[in-house]
Amino acid sequence: MTHYLFIIVGAVLVNNVVLVKILGLCPFMGVSKKLDTAFGMGAATTFVLTVATGASYIIDHYLLMPFGLEYLRTLSFIVTIAAIVQLTEMVIQKTSPLLHQVLGIYLPLITTNCAVLGVPLLNIANRHDFVESLLFGAGSAVGFSLVLVLFAGIRERVEGADVPVHFRGAAIAMVTAGLMSLAFMGFAGLDRYQ
Amino acid sequence: MIITLAIMALGAVVLGAALGYASIKFRVEGDPLVEKIEAILPQTQCGQCGYPGCKPYATAISAGEAEINLCPPGGMDGVRKLADLLGREVKPLEAEEKPRQVAIIDEQTCIGCTLCIQACPVDAIVGAAKQMHTIIEPLCTGCELCVKPCPVECISMQPIAEKLDNWKWKYPVIEIKRAA
Amino acid sequence: MLPRLFSFKGGVKPQTHKASSVQLPIGQAPLPARLYVPLHQSIGGQPNPLVEAGDRVGKGQLIGGADGWMSAAVHAPTSGTVLAVEDHLAAHPSGLPTLTVVLEPDGRDEWVERTPVDHRRLAPERVRELLRDAGVVGLGGAVFPSHAKLTAAETVPVDELVINGAECEPYMSCDDLLMRERSDEIVRGIAIFRDLLAARRVLIGIEDNKPEAVLAMQQAVAQLGEDYQVVAVPTRYPAGGAKQLIRVLTGKEVPASKRSTDLGVQCFNVATVYTAWRALACGEPVISRIVTLTGNLEQPRNWEVRLGTPLRELVALGKPKADTNRYLMGGPMMGFELPSLDAPVVKATNCVIAASPTMFPPNPPEMPCIRCGACAEVCPHELQPFELYWFARARNFGKTQEYHIFDCIECGCCSYVCPSHIPLVQYFRFAKSEIWSRERDKNAADAAKARFELRNAREEREQAEKAERLARAAAARAADKKAAATAAVAAAAAAESGAPATAVAATGPTAAAGSPISAPANAPRPATPATAGDAEAIKKATIVAAMERARAQREAVQPKNTEQLSSEQKRQIAAVEARRAAPPARAEAQATSAAAAGSSLPETPDRTGD
Repeated sequence: MTHYLFIIVGAVLVNNVVLVKILGLCPFMGVSKKLDTAFGMGAATTFVLTVATGASYIIDHYLLMPFGLEYLRTLSFIVTIAAIVQLTEMVIQKTSPLLHQVLGIYLPLITTNCAVLGVPLLNIANRHDFVESLLFGAGSAVGFSLVLVLFAGIRERVEGADVPVHFRGAAIAMVTAGLMSLAFMGFAGLDRYQ
Repeated sequence: MIITLAIMALGAVVLGAALGYASIKFRVEGDPLVEKIEAILPQTQCGQCGYPGCKPYATAISAGEAEINLCPPGGMDGVRKLADLLGREVKPLEAEEKPRQVAIIDEQTCIGCTLCIQACPVDAIVGAAKQMHTIIEPLCTGCELCVKPCPVECISMQPIAEKLDNWKWKYPVIEIKRAA
Repeated sequence: MLPRLFSFKGGVKPQTHKASSVQLPIGQAPLPARLYVPLHQSIGGQPNPLVEAGDRVGKGQLIGGADGWMSAAVHAPTSGTVLAVEDHLAAHPSGLPTLTVVLEPDGRDEWVERTPVDHRRLAPERVRELLRDAGVVGLGGAVFPSHAKLTAAETVPVDELVINGAECEPYMSCDDLLMRERSDEIVRGIAIFRDLLAARRVLIGIEDNKPEAVLAMQQAVAQLGEDYQVVAVPTRYPAGGAKQLIRVLTGKEVPASKRSTDLGVQCFNVATVYTAWRALACGEPVISRIVTLTGNLEQPRNWEVRLGTPLRELVALGKPKADTNRYLMGGPMMGFELPSLDAPVVKATNCVIAASPTMFPPNPPEMPCIRCGACAEVCPHELQPFELYWFARARNFGKTQEYHIFDCIECGCCSYVCPSHIPLVQYFRFAKSEIWSRERDKNAADAAKARFELRNAREEREQAEKAERLARAAAARAADKKAAATAAVAAAAAAESGAPATAVAATGPTAAAGSPISAPANAPRPATPATAGDAEAIKKATIVAAMERARAQREAVQPKNTEQLSSEQKRQIAAVEARRAAPPARAEAQATSAAAAGSSLPETPDRTGD
């Protein structure tokens, strides 16, 4: 049980997918201007990432490994993830227009999110089993949402601050992201009793 | 080799079939984005963006056919809001930004041709054939569409004067430095 | 017995400086050489001018009629001659002009006929109307039309009527002296409001730094045998805010989304009550008010001033000291700097303060916000001014609304305590008026969109109707042609049989009509063989018919919105009529002659270009 807890805590805080592994930076910078949209993006990513880790585990173990096709991993994962994202979007649009409005334009963006591809690949590199894969996927996604929301909150405030002209916009956001990354380095060692 | 190809082909076919089925099964009509974009546009219906009205422009933006910086009446503020909504870059406005204006008919010169009435997209001009026309000022959006059709050039655009009704408190201006 | 008092959160205790202006009783300000009475002196619609240049008016005569329910009338402050109805500088921070009646007093100060009424004998609606037409508005400074506050909520009975004599602004003492000198009339006036609202209890709240006023009011209440409670409330700014006083006296907290009547409380200023009494019991409308003239003066005092008196003349009464450099209207906390002394005294002018650099040193430069939270501690509405400031400064108005900027009463406590000297209230005023202006723009855009869509729908409908009409005409023509062909065949047959005359008469009817305007094609009559000329004729006939109908409509419709026109407007209309009368006489003659032929035409669209 503690083993699973360590996987989750490690994924959320210690090895945060954005600030420590530096994956999924495009949505981190792009969709963090407003708190509401950051929440939407976080929710959408959490859903897709969890499903994607499960699906890629199944494909890897029951389709690629038996035939010795490990070299096709990246390709088949990308295709699967893209298809899942598309499918999810269409289903949500039809069944729950409200949720679709909330997630709206962020869903297709996830297709190109490198965190979503990176986490399944890390799963395989770490030799996680199915449950561990799912937990690691969900944990990473929660970590992603957490920093995204934190970052959006900070950016909303920075918007009103007296930032020197040449630092406005992306530049000050980069500086902020760097400081946040430094802060998350402080979690290193939290899981060393693993 | 053949197995590899077969597996990839199988994957492609399965995923393609699923997506194709879903796109038919879960088809949604209409685009909620258009309404959101239209809510930001100033509804002058002036056509300065190159589209015949605000809704067609909104549709074009939503479809990705038009830039977001084509609406002069909306100003930079409007561009910023659109950029916010659509996640696009803020671009400088194509035309120069003008203060809000209203059209004024010089009633002495007006010959009552009704051409401006036909041109007005928002029914802000009253008058009848061979009768003097006038503009209902609060309804005028300042689109300038009535200026050109007038055969006697009796319509002019005038900036809206500041009155007690539309006066605004100014942004506090503070002296940064005072000799102590 | 003292009732239990409650407390509101926050507030400050600035130095009051009230003593200097209460040394002398209320003085009657002399009649100025000119009076500038602005028409728009209250919240709500701008009253319509009822006089024009050259008119003689009596004291108390109606010169501006209330525009709808949410508005209050304006009256002549003295008898004299109207010199002009024109734009004149308003007593407003903007320094912009507003429509003003300029009056030259004749010095006789003759009242028009006054009709005192007993409010108990009149229907409540009638009393409210009378108050509106007497121009009774909230004289505490908000100038909200009082009659609009005098309707109790349908479901909640009014438990408490709060009479506001707190007067918490420093320097101000006009309500204090009014209560000392005219407590009798105030107490009598309260009965009007109590009866209209059917209030169970009446609480008169007076800050405890005005013991003379408390005493005077208590004596008046006792003398008149009323059961009102006169309550001395602790002196703390802004105890005189309506919501704050209600909180202190009743313990009820009015939520942002509700009005106080929804909780069964209503609040009026003592000066408002006084004017309401004068209006009903003496028939005297609101033509003057008591103004505290204080600050850097030789002789600070309260004056009863006619509305419309130029502030320059009022200020001269107090003999300003040499180093006076600017004047404030309202108190030092909520007031504003007057753009010029040319502005007149209006119903909102409760206090004029002469300021000198030593008395009101210029604001030290603004320093960055250090988020100390002092502003949040003193905010009587429990807002977070530092957050509001942050977002207002960044023009992030959506966020300011999330932080409830519209609950801010602009009392100025936050600016008062700010250690960084940030003019917080100015930021909030800026944000509020910016939000209002955006709201206006948005509403205008929505209305424009609705009109645009209606217009498009109308155009489509008209096009469809036109197409249908043309199709019908074409069908009729085709039928006629067919009939003509049959007739021709028959004629040929008849010619063969030796009877040609009758058939020829049947195929050529239009020549017999004797008019250049042809008969309509869709009328079931045989048409001429020349179809091109026929279409043109139809068009002509349609135009003629439409013109004829428009003329008839013009004659039938009486102009309806012309009862309350200014003399200027009437003159313009007369000029337009004269211009219009000359040339169209000819056109009219043409139209009538042509219409004779076209009057029997079928229905055509009745829009000629409206």
